[in-house]
Amino acid sequence: MKLTVDQLRITLDRRPVLHSASLEARPGDIVGLVGPNGSGKSTLLRAVYRSLRPEHGVVRVGGDDVWSLSPRAAARRTAAVLQDAGAGPAGLSVTEVVALGRTPHHGLLGRDGAADHAAVEEALDACGARPLAGRDFTSLSGGERQRVLLARALAQQPELLVLDEITNHLDIRARFELLALIRSTGITTLAVLHDLDLAARLCDHLVVLHQGAVVAAGPVLDVLTPGLLREVFGVAATADRHTDGVIRITYGADPLGLGVVPETAAG
Amino acid sequence: MVLSALLPAVMMVAVGIGAVDVPPADVWRIVLHHVTGGGAPGDPALDQIVWNFRVPRVVLAALVGAGLAVSGVVLQAVVANPLADPYVIGVSSGASLGAVLVITLAGGALGGLGVSSAAFLGAIAAVVLVFLLGRRRGRLAPTRLVLSGVAVGYVFLAATSYLQLRATPTELRQVVFWLLGSVAGAQWEQLPVVTTVVVAVTALLSLFGRRLNALLAGDESATALGVDVNRLRAVLLLLAALLTGTVIAVAGGIGFVGLMIPHLVRLTSGADHRRLLPRAALVGAIYLVVVDLLSRTVNSPNELPIGILTALFGAPFFLWLLRRNNSLDAA
Repeated sequence: MKLTVDQLRITLDRRPVLHSASLEARPGDIVGLVGPNGSGKSTLLRAVYRSLRPEHGVVRVGGDDVWSLSPRAAARRTAAVLQDAGAGPAGLSVTEVVALGRTPHHGLLGRDGAADHAAVEEALDACGARPLAGRDFTSLSGGERQRVLLARALAQQPELLVLDEITNHLDIRARFELLALIRSTGITTLAVLHDLDLAARLCDHLVVLHQGAVVAAGPVLDVLTPGLLREVFGVAATADRHTDGVIRITYGADPLGLGVVPETAAG
Repeated sequence: MVLSALLPAVMMVAVGIGAVDVPPADVWRIVLHHVTGGGAPGDPALDQIVWNFRVPRVVLAALVGAGLAVSGVVLQAVVANPLADPYVIGVSSGASLGAVLVITLAGGALGGLGVSSAAFLGAIAAVVLVFLLGRRRGRLAPTRLVLSGVAVGYVFLAATSYLQLRATPTELRQVVFWLLGSVAGAQWEQLPVVTTVVVAVTALLSLFGRRLNALLAGDESATALGVDVNRLRAVLLLLAALLTGTVIAVAGGIGFVGLMIPHLVRLTSGADHRRLLPRAALVGAIYLVVVDLLSRTVNSPNELPIGILTALFGAPFFLWLLRRNNSLDAA
């Protein structure tokens, strides 16, 4: 499903966090939202999953303004994996956490039916979380938790996935596993990522936020120019497509421009 | 299910035991006679003891236990704090002030207002105050709610303490008994209202099981799951306040049940609210019936306030359960 974010302006505690931020994701696209801390990435995501109402601008999912939809209708289109889980819901099993994804599909009187069970089972399988099904969520490792939360999002049967820093605190293998999993879903995705290398691998397009505004958007190599990396991220680096087809970021010997070159780099 | 069969059984036993022991067969016959109108009325003295004193008391104990446990489950989820109990939003301090006002200043009735009504009004006034103070820009943040509840509680407590200082020894004894809680004053006339509130509010709250589960995932995640978190929190708070206010108005400030029964049930059967709410209601009911039975038998013919015994018997069992459970180590 298509996502359009148009001219978003959001002020929090009298501080303008976003001003005229626009972006677009075509159906099936994986769009990476990158930018330094405090650039407004999480705020933009909140507007997309209908948690923050912008004072100006509009977020459209599948052509409809998310604020014209009910909370439940919006959540049937958009699922999010966020960082507020903390230690996670104590006492819920993995299956019960995944089943939370069925919340927007039911009113107050709704009971779980065959469709719900099927969606939960399918999501567990898709994320390789089947062996964890009976475990207490809080007993899982970081990587396992993120896989289960992604399964919860899939059980929601969304047409747009919103992901906020879901590779944080994961070991390197767990990161790549999670990326492969996201790719395999085929769902339109908007992902905030801190690690530019991972962003370059995962995403079709990148959108760069800087001080509340979109300063660049497009294919990875078009966006991550040395100039942008220096101005927005404050590092001396280049992004290149290597002979194996993978785009990698190479950071300079003196990435901060301090005039100090480490011995190992110089020698 | 075992629990739903256990509750009536425990209630029948509790009705039979006391200063005069009544055999289960007689209890059954008397209750049946009053409920269906059939059978022989039997010994009028026994009939009086069973039907006029013990049955309303046992029924009230069950209702109060269920109400406190359900309210505790809901509030622990609403304010996202495992230390929350039904009194966290100021209900008990408000109710205490109302009750103590009437006991000390009006000798039991203020402009026709009895202790129960005054306690209920005090409870609702406190909750409304906490609700208004806990709200900021239309949002009810859990931490702000809890802290507002604590602050309002202290203000009400100060007023209550001052009134206690001015009270006569007789009034003071009455105040202390009220504060510790009791179902000894149970009367048939109270039961219709209390039953209606406890049953209706518990049933309503049970409908929110799925959304309460979503709340466990955090406010932002719950929002992304299609839950209107602010509205949900407001609705649940008001329902829990109504439930707690009603219960505390008739039984005083019985502690422990609303804090511990939710944890006890969670430790044994998980945190899914669709299971947790009905089970907590049954366990809370059974627990308070048993503890009330103890409160009137261990030191017979004197009665101990139920509030003393709820913690004395419950806490060691709870600690034992806590040590057995592994899932708490992970978090």
